Amino acid sequence: MRIVCPFCGERELGEFTYLGDAKPVRPATGAAEDEVYDYVYLRDNIAGVMSENWYHGGGCRAWLKVTRNTLTHEISAVEPALGAGAAKVDA
Amino acid sequence: MKYSIFSLARAALSGHKTWQRTWRDATPKDRYDVVIVGGGGHGLATAWFLASEYGIRNVAVLEKGWIGSGNAGRNTTIIRSNYGLPGNTGFYELSMKLWERMEQDLNYNSMVSQRGVINLYHSDAQRDAYARRGNTMRINGIDAELLDLAAVKKMMPFLNFDNARFPVQGGLLQRRGGTARHDAVVWGYAHAASGLGVDIIQNCEVTGFVRDANGKVTGVETSRGRIGAGRVGMAVAGSSSRVADMAGLRLPIESHVLQAFVSEAIKPLIPNVMTFGAGHFYVSQSDKGGLVFGGDIDGYNSYAQRGNLPVMEDVCEGGMALMPMIGRVRLLRQWGGIMDMSMDGSPIIDKTPVDGLYLNAGWCYGGFKATPGSGFVFAHLLARDTPHEEAARFRLDRFRTGAMIDEKGQGAQPNLH
Ligand SMILES: Cc1cc2nc3c(=O)[nH]c(=O)nc-3n(C[C@H](O)[C@H](O)[C@H](O)COP(=O)(O)OP(=O)(O)OC[C@H]3O[C@@H](n4cnc5c(N)ncnc54)[C@H](O)[C@@H]3O)c2cc1C
Ligand SMILES: [Zn+2]
Repeated sequence: MRIVCPFCGERELGEFTYLGDAKPVRPATGAAEDEVYDYVYLRDNIAGVMSENWYHGGGCRAWLKVTRNTLTHEISAVEPALGAGAAKVDA
Repeated sequence: MKYSIFSLARAALSGHKTWQRTWRDATPKDRYDVVIVGGGGHGLATAWFLASEYGIRNVAVLEKGWIGSGNAGRNTTIIRSNYGLPGNTGFYELSMKLWERMEQDLNYNSMVSQRGVINLYHSDAQRDAYARRGNTMRINGIDAELLDLAAVKKMMPFLNFDNARFPVQGGLLQRRGGTARHDAVVWGYAHAASGLGVDIIQNCEVTGFVRDANGKVTGVETSRGRIGAGRVGMAVAGSSSRVADMAGLRLPIESHVLQAFVSEAIKPLIPNVMTFGAGHFYVSQSDKGGLVFGGDIDGYNSYAQRGNLPVMEDVCEGGMALMPMIGRVRLLRQWGGIMDMSMDGSPIIDKTPVDGLYLNAGWCYGGFKATPGSGFVFAHLLARDTPHEEAARFRLDRFRTGAMIDEKGQGAQPNLH
């Protein structure tokens, strides 16, 4: 599996770190317990096309949103993931 | 059929051409008291204990492929009970004790080999953590020995002790740990369960659940038709989220790939199971002589049952750091298996919020050693409708209540467990 970084071009997988499903949105401060539990622990765990956050630590250090098929490892899109890294830093 | 020295002699005299099939390949009946989804080690062990221990014999195991085609046949065969947290310690020791009598119980040679499991340590902090874990084990009546450098050198003189970056300082040894022949474990449970009347049904994929007006599960839809069930137990390893989804459940689980590797056969070298604590590398030698080894999961969601090269490179580097002489040994085979990675790295054995549906999941990459214990406690849950005391902490709601069993201390990051 290789990822085509929009900033660096095609690079080998070892340069990237995986953060997980890009879909869940961090609940606002003071959100109900159920919402927080859902966000932290429950997963769709999609078998098929999934959009996910990857970090290009071995290259431009940008956060990327990668659209990938979890059944085949086929990658159909890579774009900058605005805010994905910020969410991690805020935590 | 029963195996004995006499059956062996009889078959030998006729050139080993008279062996019978060891279990029946059944066709589905309309209804069973208990239907188990998943014909891996856990599903088959559950069926065997339901029949042998809890007297429930009208049981079917439904497997979408062939039995043992999942992780049961893909793992690196390590068994041990060196866990330190309440919940895990007792459970894995229960399982270890069942391994020790498995061959007698099942009348099948599953080649359980208690050759010892040693976890090497490379720093003072790691030594202290292992000392503490070993003490916890001993307090609970489980064998553990903390070895210093001299003792490790005596046991495994071939290790690279001059490695400047991660010098080996010692290890935590569990002598009762070891390996078992994974396919034979599956066949043994199938043989014994089938002998007590359990139906093992292959090429039978569960595609949905049958629910009554109150939402209770009363059966399953399969690729071979509808099958009624008093209770349904799921033991589908890496497919838990997909099967649970058919009942409208979302789980605290992600599916990830773990790879395993086997080298060409060499003369006896590694006397035990050994883990390199500085990287993540573990190795043992099969009875045929191949080195069987593995390391970390690939670390991203996958259902592809195959891995990628960076982890292969990382695993081989771990092996080379520990035993540089294996650099001349050729890699023979590599494969991947899909596992449930739970959010705290520990299993879930519980009733689900859906009446009639029971869950056995989240084994991460350590569930082979759990096979007999998991079958025993899951059978208890299905038969009695209450958790077995040794599995009482493997609750599905522990993430909500905060009662997690986080042996590796990695939090809710399944790709790190
Ligand atoms: C490479 C690798 C190395 C490992 N090494 C070790 C080790 O050394 N020690 C250790 O303790 N653990 C190890 N494990 C983990 C261990 O193999 C698993 O945790 C354990 O085997 C899971 O339980 P199981 O055997 O029942 O699962 P499986 O054998 O995967 O059984 C689940 C079955 O369910 C079936 N199924 C799925 N969906 C459906 C459906 N809809 N209908 C019908 N059937 C279905 C599958 O086909 C499969 O056969 C390793 C795993 C891997 C992948
Ligand atoms: Zn980049």
